[in-house]
Amino acid sequence: MPATITPNKTEQERKRRVEDHDNGSGRRPPTDKRTGGGGDNDNWNDRPHGRRGPYERLHRYRMGLFFALASDLMFFVAIVSTFFVNQSTGHFDAYNHYINEWLPTTIPPILWLNTAVLLISSATIEFARRNMFRETDVMDEWLGLGKPITRRALPWISATIALGFLFLSGQWIAWRQLALQHIFFKTNQSSHFFYLITGVHAVHLFLGIAALITAFSGLYLSRQLETRQILVDAAAWYWHAMGLLWLLLFALLEFGQ
Amino acid sequence: MTPHFNTPPAQPHPASTTSRRLRAAVFSTDHRVIGIQYLVLALISVIIGTILSLLMRIHLVWPDWPLPLHGQILPEDYLALVTIHGTVMLFFVLTTAPQAGFGNLILPAQIGARSMAFPALNAASFWLTAAALLTLLSSTFVPGGAAISGWTAYPPLSAIASSGPGQALGMDLWLASIALFATASTISSINTLTTIIRNRCNGMTWDRLPLTVWGWFTAALLSIIAFSVLLAAILLLLCDRHAGTSFFLPNGDLVNGILHQGGNGSPLLWLHLFWFFGHPEVYIAILPGMGLTSMLLANFSHRRVFAYRTMITTTLLIGLLGILLWGHHMFVAGLNPFASSAFSISTMAIALPAAAKVLSWLATTWRSRPSYKTPMLFSLGFVSLFITGGLTGPILAQPILDEYLHNTFFVVAHFHLIMAMAGVFGLYAATYYWFPLITATRNHPGRLLSEPLGHLHFWCTLLGAYAVFLPMHLTGLAGEPRHYAQLTGISGPGGSLSPAGVLLSSTLPLNRFITYAAIFLATAQLVFLFNLVSSLRKGKFAQTNPWQATTLEWHPSMNPFPPLHASDTPDISVHRAPCQYQSNKIEISFLPQWEPILLAQDEIVDATDTKPE
Repeated sequence: MPATITPNKTEQERKRRVEDHDNGSGRRPPTDKRTGGGGDNDNWNDRPHGRRGPYERLHRYRMGLFFALASDLMFFVAIVSTFFVNQSTGHFDAYNHYINEWLPTTIPPILWLNTAVLLISSATIEFARRNMFRETDVMDEWLGLGKPITRRALPWISATIALGFLFLSGQWIAWRQLALQHIFFKTNQSSHFFYLITGVHAVHLFLGIAALITAFSGLYLSRQLETRQILVDAAAWYWHAMGLLWLLLFALLEFGQ
Repeated sequence: MTPHFNTPPAQPHPASTTSRRLRAAVFSTDHRVIGIQYLVLALISVIIGTILSLLMRIHLVWPDWPLPLHGQILPEDYLALVTIHGTVMLFFVLTTAPQAGFGNLILPAQIGARSMAFPALNAASFWLTAAALLTLLSSTFVPGGAAISGWTAYPPLSAIASSGPGQALGMDLWLASIALFATASTISSINTLTTIIRNRCNGMTWDRLPLTVWGWFTAALLSIIAFSVLLAAILLLLCDRHAGTSFFLPNGDLVNGILHQGGNGSPLLWLHLFWFFGHPEVYIAILPGMGLTSMLLANFSHRRVFAYRTMITTTLLIGLLGILLWGHHMFVAGLNPFASSAFSISTMAIALPAAAKVLSWLATTWRSRPSYKTPMLFSLGFVSLFITGGLTGPILAQPILDEYLHNTFFVVAHFHLIMAMAGVFGLYAATYYWFPLITATRNHPGRLLSEPLGHLHFWCTLLGAYAVFLPMHLTGLAGEPRHYAQLTGISGPGGSLSPAGVLLSSTLPLNRFITYAAIFLATAQLVFLFNLVSSLRKGKFAQTNPWQATTLEWHPSMNPFPPLHASDTPDISVHRAPCQYQSNKIEISFLPQWEPILLAQDEIVDATDTKPE
């Protein structure tokens, strides 16, 4: 069986195993000595083979990516909590009045458009990702009967790259619009956070585009089908995470000020 | 592909082979090589850090002694010494060596894996760490010297370049170095977590994982939570320094005679972000040592680990509570008193899992007549230092007591005993225990470190550690402040001794004793270095399982010495939890994890079983 196909039957059949002292009565074998397990059917032969077999590498890379994204989430949690703390921090002036100098930044409306673009790009990369795992096509490609999944995924990836650049240029326009109103990074507390959050997110998205371009060229250059699947899958999950993150950050900037 | 039957393999040019082999050895993706690289980096760092601490001790009692090639140690030099000593020791020794060094060297073998999950990322994170160390050390040689705001880098002084000589370029390099280190640690922790979850061998269920692996696992979880918060804080501080923002800069701050208008930032915010990272960081440093201590005490006492599952739970619980108590570093920083109470309670709560661990260590060894090999001695030393340092923890957890003690040497004594000394004892135990695995190559089996020298090293180090850090409690209680370059000799108003000098002059004899003890402690480590160098060359060859260990890193095929072909390596599977020691039987007193069920038991089962055939 090719290493890239999920077997249709993922559950193992209960069959009589003589080597496990199964005497065929249908009851639990007296011992599960081949595993040395602690009884109660603690038998690793019966467990789903998640760690071995097809998609072993894919699942490993996916898990690594998810841990990286968890760590990245903490990065943004730190910045967002700073936002809330600075928003509610004031000071006493010379007359002993408590002043809070938070001046909310008016968010340029083009960000709504950008958000829509990012949502659409999340959909396009999901189409690309699903195409990489359509089983009959995977089989064809694995057997060398053309490259159906690569052919299907390529346009979606290209569309996502284009939409990603569109989003980044939209963000650039938003920054220009604010700069025309003389609102810069260093202007006040609220503008610090607007530029910081959008800027850091843009850097992340830039990395995402780099990942998409890597996946795109990987579809041409990589000779292993599983590597191609991993490249597209990882880039897609990263892209989804950045989209979701943007929704939260945008909601914070739009409604949280 | 057509196989080449008759063409001989191409012979590479000899000169290029050696250079390629060198490059392959240096930029290796083999986890064992990377682990050793991390350990060498930590060894270099610990030597630098120790020398810096000796300079500080010498300066405290003989302030007029001129440092060769440098001259008088000025107060700002002293602060730079404090900063670099703390940074090097905490990041590049206590985080790097247990978690990344032994984590790479031993962890894959202990879970029955042939490699880490992402070998290339692993190598990348080592080289990022090395770059971070070089960046940090290079800050000494830039104009103004190294940063002087301590390893905690509190703003606003760390945010304003004119606040001190090292706070311009030196501080930037410090921040860059720590940012690199945080990135490297995060990558390495992602690798560790994925390896533990995905690469375990057959039968290695979660409750059969050795406690060392649980220590590495929890520390890696803490790393991915904590280090990215530090990275965010560093980003904000760099913006404050260079982009004109004021995240941490308060309004109207007078620094060095210059009024900084600033914005409406809060310096306290940095403390929150930093200690949200900083407190998990000390658990990252100590958790692998705790796991190792449990395993080694059981190994050398030939006992099972007392309450194995509870030890897994307490490891995770210490990790969980470790991220909830950062505020106890901020009792004197102007925290809301109600917040102080909450953090005080969570701090005292962590004494419970820690006490459970101590109980298990004592119960494991109690009346077991252990064999006192050097790794065992260092593990017992770990327990001793952990208890001694831990007892002052609940004292410092009281906000009202901490008001007085926080900025004194009492705190220095506390964290050096429980984190630095206990952590180093864990590292020594690991080095003496795993030295055969470090030194084994394809050509010869591993070597053992010399036992007599090890005993000498242990007793001198234990004595030195207590002699240095126990008296610091007393000088701290007498009011000796931290971070002060000079205790007495600064004249007050009217030419007399300053009031602080009068107060502290009584501690001078004790401080002199601490300095002598510190020199003794550092000298004792030369015994270890000598032992290391001589045993690397001509130490006794070890057997495959010299300590009668039960964990998988001693499996014959995990040892790099017997050069097996890939097709000859047996499948490794695990049949039981570690530390199955039976002291009542003489012929087989221990049962490694990889050993299939005993023949005798098999026969009994066969006799009672009715096979259909």
